[in-house]
Parts: sequence; structure tokens; C-alpha cells
Amino acid sequence: MSDLPLLSVRCLDVRFGALAAVDGVSFELWPGEVVAIVGESGSGKTTLLRAIHGFIPPTAGSILYRSDRFGEIELTRLDEPRRRLLARTEWGFVHQNPRDGLRLSYSAGANVGERLMAAGARHWGNIRAQALAWLDRVEIDVARIDDLPRTFSGGMQQRLQIARVLVTNPRLVLMDEPTGGLDVSVQARLLDMLRRLVADLGLSVIVVTHDLGVARLLAQRILVMQRGRVVEAGLTDQVLDDPQHPYSQLLVSSVLAA
Amino acid sequence: MNTTSYTFAYLDEQTKREIRRALLKALAIPGHQVPFASREMPLARGWGTGGMQVTAAVIGRNDVLKVIDQGADDTTNAVSIRQFFSRVAGVRTTTRTEEATLIQTRHRIPETPLRPGQIMVYQVPQPEPLWRLEPSRAETRRLHALAEYGIMHVKLYEDIAQHGRITLAYDYPVLVHGRYVMAPSPIPAFDNPKLHRSPAIHLFGAGREKRIYAVPPYTDVISLAFEDHPFRPWKAEAACALCGSTESYLDEILIDDRGTRRYICSDTDWCERRRTRGKTA
Repeated sequence: MSDLPLLSVRCLDVRFGALAAVDGVSFELWPGEVVAIVGESGSGKTTLLRAIHGFIPPTAGSILYRSDRFGEIELTRLDEPRRRLLARTEWGFVHQNPRDGLRLSYSAGANVGERLMAAGARHWGNIRAQALAWLDRVEIDVARIDDLPRTFSGGMQQRLQIARVLVTNPRLVLMDEPTGGLDVSVQARLLDMLRRLVADLGLSVIVVTHDLGVARLLAQRILVMQRGRVVEAGLTDQVLDDPQHPYSQLLVSSVLAA
Repeated sequence: MNTTSYTFAYLDEQTKREIRRALLKALAIPGHQVPFASREMPLARGWGTGGMQVTAAVIGRNDVLKVIDQGADDTTNAVSIRQFFSRVAGVRTTTRTEEATLIQTRHRIPETPLRPGQIMVYQVPQPEPLWRLEPSRAETRRLHALAEYGIMHVKLYEDIAQHGRITLAYDYPVLVHGRYVMAPSPIPAFDNPKLHRSPAIHLFGAGREKRIYAVPPYTDVISLAFEDHPFRPWKAEAACALCGSTESYLDEILIDDRGTRRYICSDTDWCERRRTRGKTA
């Protein structure tokens, strides 16, 4: 199985009128691999991620996904019921702002349990036990299971969102700036946790970030995007330590050393 | 008032036809909300205009009409709607459940078991069971279309987490015919089991929200719950202060400033008939 890519993106275009937000992007994601998409604001990285997840219909191109259950699927032609089924079972999407990914008027336990219930779990005790186990796994005090997420700090909300996504054991997780808006010590803790979870669960991840440090810590491979195009791609250390494209060189040299 | 100045049953024939068409569609897809062109009625929206339009569309000259409001035949809403139809349709009215062929109701199902051929018409304030959970109507329609009802169980999960049990006492969501989740209108959860495989036809009209839905006879209507927290219809642990009934749904009435309370049957017809048979508290 692992000799075939999990996801193959071919010549993907997303256009908003005359603007090519994503312009002819191709890449592959292998099982158990973490790929970072880096680039400045407006380079099309979030649009690319949203197009892969199906939030935005691509203008042209193909996205091939190898599902456990359904075999090879062309996502750009997938019907909505099937796409939503995949989205809540085999995929997960971690939003930059945890408030977009959480139900703020429901407790932490209900947030973690939602995907289980959507997948058909109807035993309250089991759902609660799994919610407790996942809160523990993302380092949230289990005593707060019945508290509302709006009483949580930013870092806790982000960890709760991650628990909510991972509870159904997805294969592919898409993350949009998972550490955006968090202070550095909280970021470090979150990254630590993500690294551990990705390794434990064997997840395949596409992470969009403008922070090269995040890319360095999490990803094995990097795609550098500029104006909707992938200008450089390669192993993380290779791209960050020996950037070839002028834009990658600019990006790497712009990082402030503390 | 001159009865000939109105069409039979108030609404014009084209409007009744349109409502009947919506009703047939609703019966064909149990629990599915069908939009309809809700008309102005001679009373304010929220007072049962949806139920009245459905009644006007299905009533015939030989029908015997009963109207109840919270189980009672003698409250304002029930009396005025009953008078309205005896005026504009000239039909016979009754308070007896088994004599009626058509029963318009607000928030109760009669205690007397319904029989085949009877039609129940419900006044519905909010037809969308997902409305507090999902703000977008476009999205709730999509959730219904795809039968994605996990969100409904999130609400029930939360109830148990916060209160130790499901605290919904009325408008308790049901799964109809194994397919659509439906709001049974604000009837007490106590009445939900009466919908399950009922021999009568149940029609729901929401006038303000412009939706009609239905449960045909002998259809499965299952109240949602968890395996380890099953559905439990709730009623007051008391006997009726008038007829002594312990199996009917009871209204709680405060009778003085010190909080003393009495319980009496919410179904006035049921209570009266028990008393005429010599039952007392």
C-alpha cells in the first residue's frame, strides 16, 4: 500500500475570476508523511488546502485519493454525500482559528464526541470514555470535560480542536496554520504534541504555515509557494538549508534569529 | 355573520389544492418538511395558522371537528378555532375524541387511543428539529438530505453530561420511518410513544415557517436516545385531583401564594368522561 501515494494532486488550478489563486500545482503525499506548504500571505497556500478538502471547487486539475474503503477516488468529481462521509471519517481539517472548528456553546466532551456520534456511536458511556482519553492525550485536564471551550485558553482550544479531529482516527489531516496566534512557549508545546501524535497514529498531514520553524519541526518535505505556483519543493532540510529559488532564499533569509 | 360570504372552510379552492398537494407529498415522504405558500389567516401567526390551513384543506362537510389546546377543549385558542370552522365550514364539532374525524391540536395528543381514519392536525411553531444546533437553513436542509444527524445527538449528549439525564420534556426529536429526524411539535415527550405505529394520520402545519410534514398511519416513530440512556417519557408523579387518573399526562397548577400545587388531567375530555363514569380522586 505504501508504495502508492495517498494523495496525488495534478495541475490544480483555482481561479477567482481573472486571479489565479492556485496555478498548476502538482505534488504527492505518501502515507505517514508530513508535507508543509510555506509561503507569504496571499501566495495561495490556504486556498490550495481548502480546494483539496473540497471547501472550494477547483477550476481545473485532478486530485486522486486512495481510500481504505472506497479505493481510488477522483476528488474533483466526487459527489457530496461521499465527500462529506470521507471528510468526517478518513480526513480531518484543523482550522487556524479554533473557534471555526469548535462548537463553542457545547462542552469539551461534546466537541470531541461529535465525530463519533456523526459516525454512528450511540453509547453515551463509550463516547464519554473516548472523549476523556483524548482530552488526556492532548494534555487537557480531564476535569474540564464538561466546561465550555470559550472558557479555555487559545492553546487549549487549539488542542481541543485537534482532539476533536483525531478522535475518529483519520488517515489524512489538513492543518491551516495550527500554531497561528499562539505565543511561542504554547506553540512549542503544541508542536511537540503534534509531532508525537503524528508519529503514534501514522498520520499523513499537509500543514500550511508561514512559519519556517513549524515546517522544520513537523515536516519531512516542503513546498514553497509564490503567487499560486510551487516554486521549489524538496526535503525540509534541503530546502531550508540550501534554497535554490530566489524567493525561497528570500524567505529563508527573512527569518529573525532570536 | 353571513356564512355564504366565504368559500367553504375560508380558504379559496386554489390555495386548498396547493396545501393538499403539499400534504400528499409530506405523507409520501414521512417526516420530510415540505414548503407551502402559507396564507394570512384571520388571526396572528403563532396562534395556529399552520394547523388551521391544514384543517381547512382537508375538512369536508361530513367531518366532525375537535379542537384542543394543551389538551383542553375549553381554552381560548381551542374555542375560537372551533367556532371559526363551525362558522366557515358549517361542520359539526365535538369534544369527544372518539367521535371526531378530525382533531386540530396544540401541544397534546389525546389520551383516548386514536383509531384508523382519524386525522390529527398539529400547530407547529418550529418545524426544524435542528434549528438551535445549526443556524443556516441551507445547511439543515443538506443535513436532512444526507441524513447526517450526529449533531442532534451532540445536544442529547450535552444534556446528560450537564444534568445526568435527557432533560428535553417537550418537542422531543423523533426519527420517522428510519429516515428523517422530525420535530413532533411541542407535545410532551410523554406523548411521543403515541405517534409510533399510530393508526391515525398525523399532519403538521407550521404557518409562520411555511412548512408542512406528516406521519402516515402505522409508521415507525422512534424517540432519539442513547443505548445506555434510553428514552423515558416523563410525567408528574401524582394522580389527577379531579378524576384520580395516574396514567394520563397532568398539568401542575399553583393554587395559592405558598406554592401549594394540584395536578389535574391535561386532557379535559378524558378527565370529564372518567368522572361521569364515577371515578373520583
